[in-house]
Amino acid sequence: MTFTLIAGDAFKLDTGNTAWMMTSAVIVLMMTVPALAFFYGGMVRSKSVLNMLMMNFIAAGTVGFIWILYGYSESFGSATTGINQFFANPFQYFGLINLTDDKGLGAAVGVPALVGVAFQSTFAVITVALITGAIADRIKFSSWIAFSIIWATAVYFPLAHMVWGGGFLSPSGPVASWLSAPIDFAGGTVVHIDAGAAGLALVLLLGKRKGWPGGPFRPHNLPYVMLGAALLWVGWFGFNAGSEGAADGTAARAWINTFVATAVAMLTWLLTEKVRDGRATSLGAASGVVAGLVAITPAAAAVDSFGAIAIGGIAGVVCALAIGLKFKYGFDDALDVVGVHLVGGITGTVLIGFFATHHQGAWYPTGAKDGLLYGGGITQLLAQIVVAAFAVVFSFVLTYVIGYIIKQVGGLRLSEEAEVGGIDLAVHGETAYESIGATRLNTEVKA
Amino acid sequence: MKLVTGVIQPHRLDDVKSALEAAGVRGMTVSEASGYGRQRGHTEVYRGAEYTVDLVPKVRIEALVDDADAPAVTDALVKAAQTGKIGDGKVWITPVDDVIRVRTGERGPGAL
Repeated sequence: MTFTLIAGDAFKLDTGNTAWMMTSAVIVLMMTVPALAFFYGGMVRSKSVLNMLMMNFIAAGTVGFIWILYGYSESFGSATTGINQFFANPFQYFGLINLTDDKGLGAAVGVPALVGVAFQSTFAVITVALITGAIADRIKFSSWIAFSIIWATAVYFPLAHMVWGGGFLSPSGPVASWLSAPIDFAGGTVVHIDAGAAGLALVLLLGKRKGWPGGPFRPHNLPYVMLGAALLWVGWFGFNAGSEGAADGTAARAWINTFVATAVAMLTWLLTEKVRDGRATSLGAASGVVAGLVAITPAAAAVDSFGAIAIGGIAGVVCALAIGLKFKYGFDDALDVVGVHLVGGITGTVLIGFFATHHQGAWYPTGAKDGLLYGGGITQLLAQIVVAAFAVVFSFVLTYVIGYIIKQVGGLRLSEEAEVGGIDLAVHGETAYESIGATRLNTEVKA
Repeated sequence: MKLVTGVIQPHRLDDVKSALEAAGVRGMTVSEASGYGRQRGHTEVYRGAEYTVDLVPKVRIEALVDDADAPAVTDALVKAAQTGKIGDGKVWITPVDDVIRVRTGERGPGAL
């Protein structure tokens, strides 16, 4: 669906669709806080869990703030030609001015434009938050705050505009007229490839954590990881089925595909582990769930159940193997944002070229074609490869430039003492689990 | 007076506690410990990354007893903790100079 607002569009409120979209917006916010925060928080060491939770909360804070100020406008403003193929005017709806309560979405599904603003805000937040997994345990807190604002402004909002806002990679852009309309139903390129490539760029700038890969980097709380993954799974129904913009059969198809692809991805990840390592682990189950969710995201409503099963099954194996890349090539992607989100996002986006179908009423945008295995030829596959490659290069290059500038200006990396001694204490002056031995020093709080 | 200390398999704690109570021990201190002996550790795998975990979870159980009771208590502890497999733990006995009951200030065997 497209969230481009057509100002003054005749708009008749559909309360069912509106209620579903507002519900989806709530559960997608739940995917960042608490789900992703705890999924990542459980995987880091106990001395840096609060810092991980804080980086996720900060993403909700900074991106939530600038989304309302100018992010929505930059992503979904109405201009789509010339330079505006790449980003819209941030001032058209600055502070949501001119977006009155009675204005609707251009998709004419009877949903107020403000509901679209709310729903898409949660996507911007989680995309930034996803990056924290790659850079865990070593980035300066102030640099993360600055990065989250600059990156959302220069990378996320433009890519959202290009794919969903009628821009360069959208079904009405040049790739569509050159090949066929690219399909990204809920964010394979905009969210997962985007965050994954950004994570890789930052990891290369930051360097390895002290002691990696030989040191003790075991997850400190696997129940947190399982809980976070489970909440992600639940919230993702809002992410994918909500991306229909309406409560209808296509939303139900997206829901079902999201469910079955994830179920199968968990099983194939565990099978891969069992064969390779001899055990099926809880961390593997949690990781398989996320890999499946990532891969089905762009395809959610564009494939039938067999396509969803295939995409989930392939993603479970591919991502389980891809997490070994960091050891092979020596980049410290701490919590596997590259292995799961970049590789999973590419897998899902490209596999659409094989499995996209309009049979049985599956959705795809005007101008898209059936996939290679459904008799549509190779055109859709090529379009999917082009958008995936564009998103990788766009995010990686811009992120590297942003990270490089922050590194020169204020530094990216924490001091070694803070990193080794514990970020929670060094940066936040708190500890997560120490409960005895504290004596109150003041009896009044500073004015 | 003696301090009988045992480092045992965590899953034997309930039986050891009952056995010590049956042997007349009226109080004990139990804490979670970690360590290794000849058993050494085990291997864990996280997303394909293998770790050897040297320090495995154990339970440390301590009881203060009269000199005369020490051999019987020690035997009861060892018997209840024993599974015959490697990793069952150790028990040792150390002399104690004095014992004080904090509530009353009583000292010596009367404080046990």
